[in-house]
Amino acid sequence: MKAALQDAGFSALIALILALPLAGLVTTPNEAYQLTLVFHPWPVAAMTIGAFLIRLLWLKLPRFTLPKARGFGSWSLVLVALLPLLTGRRGLDIGLLVLTYLMLATGLNIVVGLAGLLDLGYVAFYAVGAYTTALLTTEAGFGFWTALPVAGLFAAFAGLMLGIPVLRLRGDYLAIVTLGFGEIVRVVLINWQSFTNGADGISGIPYPRLFGLDFSRAGSASVFRLFHLPFDRLARQMWFYILALVLTLLANVVVARLRRSPLGRAWEALREDEIAARALGLNPTRLKLAAFTTGAFFAGLAGAFFAARQGFVSPESFTFMESALVLAIVVMGGAGRQLGVIWAAIVMIGGFELVRGFAEYRMLIFGLALVAIAVARPGGLIATRLPSVRLGWVKSDP
Amino acid sequence: MSSLLEVEALTLRFGGITALDQVSFQIAPGRIAALIGPNGAGKTSLFNCITGFYRPTSGIIRLHEQSGPRELQSMAQTEIAARARLARSFQNIRLFGAMTCLENLLVAQYRHHGPGALPSLLGLPRARATEAATIRRGKELLERFDLLPFADVAARTLPYGAQRRLEIARALATEPILLCLDEPAAGLNEHESVELSERLAGLRDEGLTVLLIEHDMGLVMRIADQVIVLDVGRKIADGPPGRVKADPRVIAAYLGDAAA
Repeated sequence: MKAALQDAGFSALIALILALPLAGLVTTPNEAYQLTLVFHPWPVAAMTIGAFLIRLLWLKLPRFTLPKARGFGSWSLVLVALLPLLTGRRGLDIGLLVLTYLMLATGLNIVVGLAGLLDLGYVAFYAVGAYTTALLTTEAGFGFWTALPVAGLFAAFAGLMLGIPVLRLRGDYLAIVTLGFGEIVRVVLINWQSFTNGADGISGIPYPRLFGLDFSRAGSASVFRLFHLPFDRLARQMWFYILALVLTLLANVVVARLRRSPLGRAWEALREDEIAARALGLNPTRLKLAAFTTGAFFAGLAGAFFAARQGFVSPESFTFMESALVLAIVVMGGAGRQLGVIWAAIVMIGGFELVRGFAEYRMLIFGLALVAIAVARPGGLIATRLPSVRLGWVKSDP
Repeated sequence: MSSLLEVEALTLRFGGITALDQVSFQIAPGRIAALIGPNGAGKTSLFNCITGFYRPTSGIIRLHEQSGPRELQSMAQTEIAARARLARSFQNIRLFGAMTCLENLLVAQYRHHGPGALPSLLGLPRARATEAATIRRGKELLERFDLLPFADVAARTLPYGAQRRLEIARALATEPILLCLDEPAAGLNEHESVELSERLAGLRDEGLTVLLIEHDMGLVMRIADQVIVLDVGRKIADGPPGRVKADPRVIAAYLGDAAA
């Protein structure tokens, strides 16, 4: 206890030294419009005492551990997934955003978490999926459901195209090249005026339909007109939300099964030790391309959904910030762990939206949250790796 | 008697340095051959040539498989690993650390059972059967190498000796006819080293051919049927352990010329 008190006292001292000039002294104009330094003791005292108490609690409080009960994670997730349906417009908006990022993070988890390839340009595939959907629906008369798989495939193809030149790169170098690739796609979208309509973007993307019916205000296929109901924006939001939930669930099931397949184990082997993997006859080239392609496919699906929900796409939605955010979700969740990634998406994107009110402090809070996770749980929210197979799962007799 | 591995006039140069100079030898099937020599003699270089990690400057490496002879010297490393039935371990252990022992052994079997992503994604019966078969094979190997208690434990958390055993088990999971081990006894205590030689002798008795680099002379003399001695890139002796031990050139290489 004495050591903790000393440690906390030291923290308080540092806080005091910092707080004195930063918060304690304020330049204030007097009656003669001259600037004078006025000493404010209360903020200084508050920060010093605050630092002391936070440090003391940090040292003395039992460490936060996740509940061990089996199934707890899954059940609480079901509740969280249903919550937005009950909380009205704002809850649905946040839920939709969380799900969109979760779709992206699920795909990126293949590349970064399983195959161990650091990809900083993931947003490029998101953009390819979104623009494919936008162009197919507005120019070529596709509906959302026909455009969706095409968007996924186009994005997967883009993943393959990125994968080929970067096969020999690892770590930092790979990160730099993928970063460049992400920017190239965005710049092309801005400048290829005749095809992508440049910075103005593409609008008028039709909403996804449900069995041929849509949720538009008016129109021949409107659900509301057909059933003589008053137009309800919330119903449309709910439809989007359920659609996003289904897509995200699908992506998660596919990735979970992939992880347990020979391909998934080969990816993890590649991440753990490429030389040993090669010595065992695994083909790193094919594995890396498969990772980039599969990961990009899911980004393409997320992009298609994004385009259809917004009804509008522009290059502005596909900045490096998006790549960074998705990567942060994957890393903070615990690379490779899907449950962790899901929670990270909920906490980070949901939390991000909840503090939208304090616009100017948003990034500050976000940064602090990142630092806090990095310090408290360096391996991510859920850092322990779950084996893809256990000996006990298999019947011993052939 | 026909040989399993034939190396003919193998030369490897890095710029002006000759790492291997006209090295030739043969290993008969079902034998344990030990490759020894002072540090820098070219043992690991030779290993890397055979397993394709280096491409030799000249010379021939021929592996006699059931389907016929296969020349390895011009094949890419991935090709050798995927096609030729030889497997290797590494001097500094290279396991898939975060993965469990069982998973390590499953990965090693994939060159035969190909990562058929779609069938296993859909859970087709064929994929399940393959998976069950690879797990059974993994379990056999775990039993054989006394690793069963560690089956579901991350490989990097294993004790050192168990990690060494897992490396050999993983190499065996690829079903090789030639097993190349780079210093398998490094860091093992006397008891573990004896245990290892019993295991290797057991594998040989089942018909496997083993080529190993080893500094542990006790182990070499116990189990090797043939000892090949390298010194500064040249082969200086080759024969049964008793004869090689008495060879004046070998003694000179190890202890310096004055001793000979």
